[in-house]
Amino acid sequence: MNIQRVSVLVKKDLKKLIRDPVVLFLIALFPVILTLAFGTSFGALGSSPATYQVGVVNMDSEGLYHQWSQYFIGNLTETKILNVQTYPSNETAQSDLVQGKLQAVLLIPSNFEQSCNSFWNNPTNPSLWTNTTVQLYLDSGSMFATQAVLPIVQQVLAITVYGELPSPSARPIQMSNPSLVQASKITMFDHMAPGIFAYAAIFITMTVAQSFAEDRETGLLRRINTTPTTPAEFMTSQAISNMVLALIQVALVFVMAYLVGYRPNGDTSSLIMAFIIVSVFSLCNVGFGLITATIAKSSGAATGLAFVFIMPQMFLGTFVGFALSPTAQAAGRFVPSYYVTDAITSLLLRGAPISSPTVLLDLAVVSVCSIAALLIGIALFRKYGKA
Amino acid sequence: MSDREKTHKAAIVIDNLTKKFEDVTALDGLSLEIGKGELFGLLGPNGAGKTTIINVLCGLLEPTSGSASVGGYNVQEDSERVKELIGVCTQETAVFPYLTGRENVQLFGNLYAMPKEKLRRNTDELLQKMSLTEDADRRVGKYSGGMRRRINLIMALVHDPEIAFLDEPTVGMDPQSRHAVWGFIRELKQKGRTVILTTHYMEEAEELCDRVGIIDHGKLIALGSPGQLKEKFGVRNLEEVFIQLTGRRIREGL
Repeated sequence: MNIQRVSVLVKKDLKKLIRDPVVLFLIALFPVILTLAFGTSFGALGSSPATYQVGVVNMDSEGLYHQWSQYFIGNLTETKILNVQTYPSNETAQSDLVQGKLQAVLLIPSNFEQSCNSFWNNPTNPSLWTNTTVQLYLDSGSMFATQAVLPIVQQVLAITVYGELPSPSARPIQMSNPSLVQASKITMFDHMAPGIFAYAAIFITMTVAQSFAEDRETGLLRRINTTPTTPAEFMTSQAISNMVLALIQVALVFVMAYLVGYRPNGDTSSLIMAFIIVSVFSLCNVGFGLITATIAKSSGAATGLAFVFIMPQMFLGTFVGFALSPTAQAAGRFVPSYYVTDAITSLLLRGAPISSPTVLLDLAVVSVCSIAALLIGIALFRKYGKA
Repeated sequence: MSDREKTHKAAIVIDNLTKKFEDVTALDGLSLEIGKGELFGLLGPNGAGKTTIINVLCGLLEPTSGSASVGGYNVQEDSERVKELIGVCTQETAVFPYLTGRENVQLFGNLYAMPKEKLRRNTDELLQKMSLTEDADRRVGKYSGGMRRRINLIMALVHDPEIAFLDEPTVGMDPQSRHAVWGFIRELKQKGRTVILTTHYMEEAEELCDRVGIIDHGKLIALGSPGQLKEKFGVRNLEEVFIQLTGRRIREGL
């Protein structure tokens, strides 16, 4: 393997990226525009349904009698608009609020039972009431939750404590002014971003197919074949240059996504792993590109034929996939991009460590697919595609 | 005796070479020897088999039968060695349009693993000889057809090959560029390089070649120096030699 030859061929391909407007658009500008478009369109949309996720911490559950607090929780649950989940402690509830899993946390005080009983024992004598406060924490990032949850809870509390009685002007149980908590909100775009990383690399199929078909048409492949450059050196240069292109794409997509508010839930090692997975995946697309160039009679035909590989990978294996039917999602398991998206979702959305079985299995599947596609592509192109 | 020893004095030995493409016989039992340092012209109309011979000698095509050696190496068994010896100027202008003229030349120099300094020196020298120095740093996509053909030629010769295959190197060139290329080819001959030139310009062959081989329908129908052939057939030029042999003009098929 002559490094000088491989190196100049890689440099040649990278110059093509910068100087050929078609390649520059497909490899660099298109993913950037796509990320900006999807980021700005879906970045503000939450993935939660129309109901509000409310965590309830019942600190009045220790004593013998706590019917009032159970009754209050029951009434909260009955409202269709609140999805109530009880928590054993304030810490765990607050943790979920910060992570964006909840939009509100309600803290029922330990003397809730006592306060309710004191009211009903002496409804007209406030001096005998035990006064207390129900604490409410709200996700400051959820505009709707900050507006809607407080009045709903106030209404349910009034029905719970005072029943059919007119609500008194003085009350034994007050609602605190809600504390606003900054939650790490997961948006629709956060779900889509891992798929966009894979999506960008899929277009390498088209650029490789075009490039090989064009170099074949113009006689450049034949010409290179008259030099001492071996097929192994040539294919190594293709693999390296396309891996570099994939890394540039992922970096561009990541920067653009970050600029429109995407914040990955992973550390540096997760990011490096995501980059590695996309690089390996780029080899798969080099293989698909070679298969396309073998079949296509011209560079124009190669562009169209490339979609045979691009479309299934795009619809079944990237950001589009999670919005599809269960059948289509199951079919996605047969395209390599599904495993790239799944691995990056695990790493950057679910916060999985790089050594997690899901990530490693996905990497293994992508690696096997890439090696197989590349070897098949090289073999077919050498046998049928060079002429 | 090995091919290498047998061809001690011959740069190229072609022995009973046949190449068939399905029903078409492109080369039909062709035999030929070309000496070291010889400037040899392969003449014939389009489709006669000239480019097929070059493609077999460069290792791009496998012969159906027969054998060929270049620089003493069998083209099928030692194609890597053969490729180190040769430089090929293809008939089509095969250049990377997004690279500059200099970058195209240096890319091919690097594919022959040339030392950096020698590559720089040869590139500058050849660009100057072909009057392309001023345009060397422009992208080839912006070049005129004639300029592309000149860069195409430089790319084949930047590594100073022992044996140069020039397949129709002056097609489409203006008269000035053609004469510049002729001067350049003569210099190669003076440096002791073996040059195999295919052309259908009879005046080009007469002007440059030590010997010519006239090919028709994949067969070698005449071989000798331009002077010998003209004398043998009692004609004024090589075109008339071809007419005498085949009954038609060499450029009829163009």
